[in-house]
This record gives sequence, C-alpha cells and structure tokens, in this order.
Amino acid sequence: MPMEPLAIDASHLARRYGRRWALSDVSFQLAPGKIMMVAGRNGSGKTTLLRILSTAIRADIGHATVGGHDIVKERDAIRRATALLAHQSYLYESLTARENLEIISGAPAASAALERVGLLDRANDAVSTFSAGMRKRLSFARVLLQKPSIAFLDEPFGQLDPEGFALVEEVIAELKRGGATVIVATHQVDRVGRFADAQLALENGRVA
Amino acid sequence: MIAALRKEFLLQWRTRAQAVAVFVFGATSLLLFSFAIGPNAAALRQHAAGFLWLGLLLSSTLTLSESFHAEMENRALEGLLLLPVSPRVLYYGKALANTVQLMLLGIALVPVMVVLYDAGTTRIPIVLLIIALGTAGISAPGTLYSAMTAQARAKQTLLPLLLFPLIVPVLLASVKATSLAILGDPMDQSSAWLALLVAFDGIYWSLCGLLFDRVVED
Amino acid sequence: MLANPRFPKLPYALMTLGVVCLLIGSYLGLFVAPPEHYMGEVQRIMYVHVPTAWNWMLAVLFTFGAAIAYLFTSDFKWDARVEAGLEVGALLGFLLCCQGAIWAKPTWGVWWDWDPRLTSTAVLLCSFAGILALRRFVDEPTKRAVLSSVATIIASVDLPIVYFSVRWWNSLHQMQSSPATVSSQFHLPLRLNAFGILFLMSGFIALRARIASQRLSSELAPPPQELVGELA
Repeated sequence: MPMEPLAIDASHLARRYGRRWALSDVSFQLAPGKIMMVAGRNGSGKTTLLRILSTAIRADIGHATVGGHDIVKERDAIRRATALLAHQSYLYESLTARENLEIISGAPAASAALERVGLLDRANDAVSTFSAGMRKRLSFARVLLQKPSIAFLDEPFGQLDPEGFALVEEVIAELKRGGATVIVATHQVDRVGRFADAQLALENGRVA
Repeated sequence: MIAALRKEFLLQWRTRAQAVAVFVFGATSLLLFSFAIGPNAAALRQHAAGFLWLGLLLSSTLTLSESFHAEMENRALEGLLLLPVSPRVLYYGKALANTVQLMLLGIALVPVMVVLYDAGTTRIPIVLLIIALGTAGISAPGTLYSAMTAQARAKQTLLPLLLFPLIVPVLLASVKATSLAILGDPMDQSSAWLALLVAFDGIYWSLCGLLFDRVVED
Repeated sequence: MLANPRFPKLPYALMTLGVVCLLIGSYLGLFVAPPEHYMGEVQRIMYVHVPTAWNWMLAVLFTFGAAIAYLFTSDFKWDARVEAGLEVGALLGFLLCCQGAIWAKPTWGVWWDWDPRLTSTAVLLCSFAGILALRRFVDEPTKRAVLSSVATIIASVDLPIVYFSVRWWNSLHQMQSSPATVSSQFHLPLRLNAFGILFLMSGFIALRARIASQRLSSELAPPPQELVGELA
C-alpha cells in the first residue's frame, strides 16, 4: 500500500542567533491531517521551529520536508501550501482591514473572511485603530484566506478574550475538517491538549 | 504585481501628508541655496539646475528612508514573502512607487526653481524626461539601500552615506542636462547625458532587482 | 575552522618583503633616477603614486571578487576577506587622494583638480567608508555579511560609470590633464615600488582577514556537540 507523504519530516534541525543556539537537534515526524501541539517555556525554541518549517528563516543544520517539499530547495512550493500565524501581525497600519486582506485575495473572499472572524463591521477602518485582540483576529483571517494545507499557529490564543478563544478552537477544527495539518505552539497546554493528536515538548531548543 | 503596486499606492496615498512636508523641505532647501549664493541673478540662473537636483536628492533621503517603514512595522514584508510573493516583484513595485513619488516632487520643485532663480525654460518635455530618468536612477539603488538600512541600526544616517557616493553619475548627468535645457544647448550635448542616465538606469534597475532577494531573505 | 591558518607566518613574510622592495624602490626613485624634463622634482611622487594606483585597483577587484564569492558560497572566510579588502582598499584610496593633492598643489596651484581618476577614487573611498559603517551597525553576522557583499558589488559596478561621467564632465570644461605617464628610463623604481606595495598590501589583507575570521569565530557559537559531524 503506497504511503501518504508525511506532512512534516524534520531531522536534526538546529538554528543559532549569534552565540545562542535557539534550536539544537530537533527531529520529529507528523502525519497529514493531524493537529500537533508544541509546548515549552518561553525561549525553548517553539517560535524558531515554526519559523523554520514555514520557511520564514533557514535552519543552520539539519533537513526537513514540509508537505513533501524540501525546506531549502522548494521554498516557494512550501509557501504556497502553508500559512504562518506569527507573533507579529504582518499587517499594514495605515491600510484598512479589508485592504490588508485584499492583498491576498479578491473582495468577496476578503469579506467572507472578515465575517468569519467577526470583523466585518470594522472592515473599512485602518488597522492602526485596532486593539491587540482585533489584530489577532485579522491575522487569523489572513491565514484562512491562504487556504493552507499546513497551518503553523504561533501562540494563537495570545491577546484574545474568551470569545476569541472559542473562535480559535473553531478555526482549528474547521482547518482539520478541511484536511489541513495544524501545528500549534502554545502555553495553553490543557486547552489544546484536549484535541491535539500529537504533542512535542521543547526545552532549551531540544525535544524534551 | 498589480496587487503589489496597488498596495504601494494605497500606502502612499494614506501617508500623503508626508509628501507635502517633503515638498516644503525641498522648497526650503532651494531657498537656502539661493541665500548661500546671494542676490547675483546671473550666478543663480547658471547654477539653478544644480540646486534643483541637490534639493531633490536631499529630499529623497526622507522619502526613501520612509519607504520600508511600513514594511518593517509588523514584519509585513515577511508576511508578503511567505504568501509567496516573489522578492523581485516586491522590489520593482517599491522602486516604481518611489520613482513616481520623487518625480512628482521634482515636477513640483521646478516652478520653485523658476521663481527663485529666474530659470525658466520652454523645453518642458526634455526637463520632464530628465526628471523621470534621474529620479529612476536615484530610486533603484535607493530602494535597495532602504531595505538594507531598515535592518540595521542608525538607519537615517546610513542611507545617505551609502547612496550619495553611488549616484554621483546620476547627479552629474541630470544637472548637466537640466542646465543645458535652461541655458541653451547649441552643440546638442544633452543627448550624451541622457544616454548616460539611460545606461545607469538600465544597469541598476537590473542589478538591484537581482540582489534584492538576498537582502530581504533570511 | 576559521581560525587555524595554514601558513601562520605568511602575512609577516609578505610585509617584510614589501617594506624591503619599497625601501629600495623609493631610494632609487628619490635619489638615483634623474628628474623629469618638464615637471622637475615634483614628478618623483609618481614612483609612489602610480604603484599605489595599480594596487588600489587590485584591492578593489579583490574585494569585489570576495563579495561575489561570499554570495555564492555563504562561507564566512570570504566575508572576512571582504572586510579586509574594504579596509585596505579604503586606506589605499585615501593615500591615493592625498598623493594626488600633494602633486596638484605645486603643479596647478590647487589641491584638487577634478581629475577623473582621482575623483572616481574619492567616490569609491566614500562608498567603501559607507559600507564599513554599515558593517558596524549590523549586529547579526550572517546579515552583516550578506548586506556588505551586496553593497560592495553595487559600489564596485559604479566605479567605471563614475569614471566615465567625470571624464565627460571634465572634457566640457577643458580641465588640466592628469599626471602624465612615466617614460621608460624610470621603470625599475616604479616596478620595485609596485611589487613592494603589492606585497605589503597582500600582507595587510591576509592579516586583517585573519583577525576578522577570529572575531567571527567568537561571534558565531560552535554547533552543539552531537551535531559537529553534520556540518559540512
């Protein structure tokens, strides 16, 4: 029986920032369509790992394939298939919510995404007027618009209220229903642990 | 590419108040230059082209250093690269937007020059062409350096420090060609200067586009 | 990996050889060679100026090459060489401008005469100084290496363009001509000095590159123990 390609196949990933190795020797595999939780204290390397896998940065050592594509040689293919919800919002302050989304897609899809995250009534307001929670929702809308087959969510619950928490869980469930693989880096270990299919614990840049 | 350009112009339109401030800065520098020379009408007229381009160059450091500010604020540039958008497309969109911005500034400063230095000319199309080619020559490396210095400390100082020596040929050619348009060009020397501008633009618009992705990718 | 050079004494040998050649060449040029027919004693500066100019061009070419090599290989030893080349190139450029001014003052009565070659040198000197400043203000080693390599390539490509534009600009004003070339009887001191500066410069570059490599080694942490074998 032919094997499905792994969603993620990482081996001995390591990355330094000057003198400090943020990641040293991280390896794991993840089957497609699963939700994986990456847990660890601040500074354990969660963000670095997600950034390497989404090709935002390069690894200094190690290899990985994401969706069957090599992270060094096939960056564009990975970028097309994945989306990253990062700490920074990737938003333009002086543009409106709608305009930020229309960089990615056409007007109807943008409106649908805005409605999904509950920002339709603020669609034509500049992002500079948004609260932190609203920016997070807009960043989510960005991720949804990209229709990723693998989604990397870095601290998705940050800055959100309880309503927002519910939205995040709904979105993750929706993504999984659509066949996507979701990797969630989070401190909310109990909350995400309830529905995660796999877990990876990081400590000081290594698998704990 | 269209989406990238649209984003650029939206961004510029939203921050148009800055453009007015930059124009005032440019006009004020032209005024200051005239004080440096004194009320010598002939000398003012002779050096008018030089003053115009110096004023334009100084103002360009303001607009260029701003051009990557919005991209760096929330790491928006990285967000675009991950969509994926080709870095080359991003570069040309930015460089084009910067060129248009500088061109409009240049055109706006021409009447100031005419009034302050009594440097009128009937050869308007040529002057427009020189402004187009010259500002394109400043924008191509300027956009690249702006992306570079946005990732360094002391950005405001580094950008002019890197850019000014590089665009000496653009300055020379634009000033000479504009001067000939104002004062007269009996031996048709301006075509040589225009050719130099075209060559510089050709080389740097290609070279900087090629190198841009190394500058922004990690 | 970076900090263990194969020939530890090489830079010092080069520099010693360079100084010796320079001493002999300068002695010949200053005291033995006859004064030039039209310009007199002032012309003797050519024995230093022309070799400096040749070597400056070599330094710029070397730095340009190292920058391209870094962008293709991402190997930090090329970044160390770019750093060395930038500093030595800036130093030689500065010397060149000083020598040009020293020649111009007694000859034409002005310190600077917009000679295309000297003006291009001055422009590139400013460019190199700017890139050295850029290096100071970027902390992350990989970013610093990429940015300074890109900036070096852009500045080097500009050099011929600057030269031609200043030459055109000058020809319209009928500027005085630049220091003339040297006739054949004066070749020996010239060649000796050229080699002298070449050896001295190579020694400086090698030593400076070594210092840069050592600093890079301390800035970049070694990989974790288990993975040492993985690094190419």
